[in-house]
Amino acid sequence: MGVRLDKPLEIGPLQLTSRLLMGSGRYASHEEMVACLEASGAELITVAVRRVNLDQRAGTSLLDHIDRERFQILPNTAGCYEVSDALRTARLARELLDTPLVKLEVIGDPHTLLPDPIGTVEATRILVDEGFVVMAYCSDDPRLVATLEQAGAAAVMPAGSPIGSGRGVANPGNIEIARSLVELPLIVDAGLGTASDVALAMELGADGVLLNSAVAGAEEPVLMARAMKSACRAGRDAYLAGRIPSRLHAQASSPATGLLGEALSL
Amino acid sequence: MMQRMSLTLAVNGKPQEVPTGSLLPDLLKTLGLADAQVALEINGELVPKRKWPVRELSAGDRIEVVTLVGGG
Repeated sequence: MGVRLDKPLEIGPLQLTSRLLMGSGRYASHEEMVACLEASGAELITVAVRRVNLDQRAGTSLLDHIDRERFQILPNTAGCYEVSDALRTARLARELLDTPLVKLEVIGDPHTLLPDPIGTVEATRILVDEGFVVMAYCSDDPRLVATLEQAGAAAVMPAGSPIGSGRGVANPGNIEIARSLVELPLIVDAGLGTASDVALAMELGADGVLLNSAVAGAEEPVLMARAMKSACRAGRDAYLAGRIPSRLHAQASSPATGLLGEALSL
Repeated sequence: MMQRMSLTLAVNGKPQEVPTGSLLPDLLKTLGLADAQVALEINGELVPKRKWPVRELSAGDRIEVVTLVGGG
């Protein structure tokens, strides 16, 4: 009996076989990052845009290490607290990479790093008008996710929990409701800590997950990258397979009849 | 009146002297970024790479030079 094959994940012009997206930040070295990207099986990798450090020249740049034949690059607007800064950063990224893709982040404040929902919607509309393929990082409010779809986003990226917190999917119900409201690819981004968080996000119906700190900050990052790859596939397969309903009481899986010593009714 | 031979820019927030009449590629060479993968803004406006060779620099220009780094 054949097993159902999954479809590729389509986001704008992208067709991804792997539903695990990876960040490139916080690794101990470029070599460790590359080993993790390879172990994860990810095809889409996020990067950030920053000022060139004019005092201290790095020996090599990030893109010297990421094989662009193998990996697609998704620039982000991380660290932008104003819509105007996010727009400038997106335009600079497009110029640098010659890509319409952007992971839009408009952050509300530096303490929580939670997204500014109103700024995110405003920036999405402007960037979509300018021809960007906007993957919008947002909170897990289902109505916000629906509004971003109407604003023209190519994908919505609700946070599981605050960036780098490792708290996993804080509100599974919101992810499920969001999933039911939009047709767009839904990628759970931020806050995932370990493999079971990834599996849960996928079981809830996410089309993908984006990870960074959970892998880069693990004691053995490459091993964690492999764990996340397995979890993502397991969660996706379980979602497609359709789980049994959860119930309070037991339901035997072995026949309840034909037991030894069973009284015969004559 | 003698013409000033150099002018001062702000590059990534720091003062930078360049000879009067410098173009953007001259500045990048001075900064050691001639072959680097960078993108540029002058006074908050993106300057596409195809326009760099003809873009003159003026005293007080605020220039941002950015590149890609690791991030999520």
